[in-house]
Amino acid sequence: MAKKKVTISNPSGLHARPAALLVKEAGKFKSTVKLVKNEKEVDAKSLLGVMSLAAKQNDEIIVRAEGEDAEEAVSHLTTFIEQLKA
Amino acid sequence: MLGQLIKGVAAAPGINIGHAIWWRKEKPVFETRSIQDPGAETEKLDKAIEKAKEQIEHLRNIAAERMSEEEALVFDAHLAFLDDPSYTGEMKNRINSKKQNAEAICQEVTEEMSQLMASLDDEYMQARADDIRDVGFRLLVILTGKQPFDPSLLKRGHVVVAEELTPSDTAQFPEGISGMVTARGSKTAHAAIMARTLGIPAVLGLGKNIDQIKDGDVIVLDGDKGTIRINPDKETEEKIRQQIAIQNKAREQALKEAKADAKTADGKRIQVFANIGSLGDIDLALKNHAEGVGLFRTEFLYLENDHWPTEQEQADAYAKALKAFQGRPVVIRTLDIGGDKELPYAELPKEDNPFLGHRAIRFCLANPDLFKTQLRALLRASVHGNLWIMFPMIENFTEIRQAKQLLEKCKTELQKEGTPFAEEIPVGMMVEIPAAAITADLLAQEVDFMSIGTNDLTQYTLAADRGNELVADLYDAAHPAVLRLIKMTCDAAEKAGILAGMCGELAGDPAMTKALIGLGLHELSMSAGTIPEVKQNVRQVDSQKAKSLANELLGKSDGEEVRKVIQQRG
Repeated sequence: MAKKKVTISNPSGLHARPAALLVKEAGKFKSTVKLVKNEKEVDAKSLLGVMSLAAKQNDEIIVRAEGEDAEEAVSHLTTFIEQLKA
Repeated sequence: MLGQLIKGVAAAPGINIGHAIWWRKEKPVFETRSIQDPGAETEKLDKAIEKAKEQIEHLRNIAAERMSEEEALVFDAHLAFLDDPSYTGEMKNRINSKKQNAEAICQEVTEEMSQLMASLDDEYMQARADDIRDVGFRLLVILTGKQPFDPSLLKRGHVVVAEELTPSDTAQFPEGISGMVTARGSKTAHAAIMARTLGIPAVLGLGKNIDQIKDGDVIVLDGDKGTIRINPDKETEEKIRQQIAIQNKAREQALKEAKADAKTADGKRIQVFANIGSLGDIDLALKNHAEGVGLFRTEFLYLENDHWPTEQEQADAYAKALKAFQGRPVVIRTLDIGGDKELPYAELPKEDNPFLGHRAIRFCLANPDLFKTQLRALLRASVHGNLWIMFPMIENFTEIRQAKQLLEKCKTELQKEGTPFAEEIPVGMMVEIPAAAITADLLAQEVDFMSIGTNDLTQYTLAADRGNELVADLYDAAHPAVLRLIKMTCDAAEKAGILAGMCGELAGDPAMTKALIGLGLHELSMSAGTIPEVKQNVRQVDSQKAKSLANELLGKSDGEEVRKVIQQRG
């Protein structure tokens, strides 16, 4: 299992469009990928899940993955979240 | 009861008559059962999901064709939910773990998921709760094999009656529907937006009273007043049909004549412009022969979005409007937003008095980066037509100077980047704060034009909240106090040699045309639908007589007196 903490920096947080983009990225990996914020854990491949996390700018979340490409998934997705713009 | 009048929310304008048809949405009936073969049950669910996708794709295509890509977006969300592991994925997990039938599980998961979304402190997410219910309902209908309302029953002349109408419903309306009536919904509901897009009257939010309507009843809708009348007696019905015929004929005639630019009987040019609140309004403005745009509200770019609109997104939208009006003036107002609005992607602090608070130009000057994005987008779009830039809610000198400085800064930036923009861009201000009207002679030195926003000017002048029903009778734009401020503004503008226009609701009130010209306005901007009638009125005005009428009105005691005089003297 791999995990890493990341701070949301884009102004709108994991809102509709950023959430949809993230879900698409997560879908590229075979591992199960979870996002955790304040004990709440959601499936990173589920748009409804990610949206329900209601993660806003400056929130800290943990990306956690389990499976053959777990390391890769965590590093790719944390970078992806850090680079979100809008 | 014969001819009963019911009051609701005026959600889309026009008068019409038609036969009621209920779009019933009974819940599909089923029992919760234990099952032996989760595999077979999952297969059943999978088939239902596939069928739901087909249906939604079909609806999406209709919406994209008849409305816009924007309207079609909601169906993309529906499709995404059908593939979502937290939604349909969870249903499959539960069929296996709880060994219950697909219908029961579908209902359970839909309810949980929509409640979860509704509980989030975010208007955008809350709206997704309705989308999930919509999708869940579709799945249940397919699973139970129960026939829902068949939209092919809808025919020309029907008034659609429903508890609530979703975008999936309205997308299936055939041509010629007379109107829509619902129990729930407000002016900003999806159904209201759709009705305005389709150009049919809508009265929403009737509540329990809607149950008095039966299939086949004759319904008279007044989308301007927000009322419906059920089964009027023959005499009334005849009268209303005549009214509608007259309304339609007058509209047709006025529309024919509206092609030519408006001039008073004694040859004074009065520009009749359209107010635009979304890109969809452009077509309607052109159809009604708007001579330009007197108020292009930019808020929709911010409100109907999930992120701060980028420079490119904004520039594209502005360019579209500028191109559509082919060199005619398009007055684009910079962002007018404050604590009364909610943005799905950013928190605007709640205020006790949002209309006296940190809004419009105040907000923009405090957030120069956001403001510059808009100004740069405007400049970039300016090469596509005749752009005028207008700042909202100006109250003093400093604001207008700061705004202009920022605009100059953006110009310098663009110049350095080698991005072209129009050389001559008139810069103007809204006059909507009494202070601005009273000091209009000073402010006029700083701007190229002034446009009076009567909606806010009225509520600020009369201290009457325009959204508060309890003081609705005090809120009257024809009050002499408001008229005097309009006069002061026009006089100051004339003295300074700049244009004075009006873009509030008052400008589109055909009864007021003569008085407004008399007060000294050169440009009137309004909702597209009223342009032809106002143009007709302009042509009958003698500007000298209008002036003496206006002077008389300034001495009346209240709005009612003003309207009385106007009626008598025409």
